[in-house]
Amino acid sequence: MTATTTGPAFTVGSEIGVLELEPISRTTLALFAGASNDHNPIHIDLDVARSAGLDDVFAHGMLSMAYLARAVQEWIGPRTIRSLGVRFVAITPVHGAPMFRGVVTDVSQDTGTELATIEVTTTLADGTVTLRGSAVVETEERA
Amino acid sequence: MTDLELPGFTTSADRSQLRLFATVIGETSPVHTDVEAARAAGYRDLLLPPTFLFTLELMRPDPAAVLRHLGIDQREVLHGEQHFTYHSPAVAGDELTFEMKVVDYYERKGGALRFVVRRTEVTRGGERVATLQNTLVARRLELS
Repeated sequence: MTATTTGPAFTVGSEIGVLELEPISRTTLALFAGASNDHNPIHIDLDVARSAGLDDVFAHGMLSMAYLARAVQEWIGPRTIRSLGVRFVAITPVHGAPMFRGVVTDVSQDTGTELATIEVTTTLADGTVTLRGSAVVETEERA
Repeated sequence: MTDLELPGFTTSADRSQLRLFATVIGETSPVHTDVEAARAAGYRDLLLPPTFLFTLELMRPDPAAVLRHLGIDQREVLHGEQHFTYHSPAVAGDELTFEMKVVDYYERKGGALRFVVRRTEVTRGGERVATLQNTLVARRLELS
């Protein structure tokens, strides 16, 4: 028997998806500050960034994680995310254009439910890795 | 340092903020913005996106209390790690209770880097919704 569904391939080693984004604008940072309740001025106020010795503002880590979560859900379709975690490896400067790439690294069973682990790496155009993430998802579609 | 446990608080996501959040992050799935679509997909109301519980936790009264307790200026703070474990979907209007504890604190490089690990349990009427774990890193900067 072979499955004929054309859903994502939950086999170890398969690339499950890629999401490429436009450069992150200052407008996006301002809107995300309001939308996400994170009002830390280091992300939106050049004066504050400079007072901390930085050249410019940089993106909220949680903006990249929100994109990453969006990417995972787009890749897996109507399936459940059990857990999601990231390490923020490097900051994302304003105008950075993150790319998210997901690879299945493990498939396991949890009391009759098949789970897949998707490792997500986020990189900028110059190759800088900004996030390393991991999502555990159910491979069966939601009922 | 790890004795800090803030009083729990209860908040809820409203539809307009979920729609704004979706617009800003380019989220197009209608379960986050269209109540009919959310209900058709089996949710009671607009579904919170996976990272939105972090946003709700920032509704805590006096969100700067943790940094003040640790003597950290917010300009020094970097987000080190963030983890979510989900037990039950949360939707707009759910009354969600957030209970946070500092579970670990350590320093590296002679105190140049300070790490604070916090864990938050999110419940709805006593039912577990999610567990958040957050690591923040404070670096010593020349502040002016």
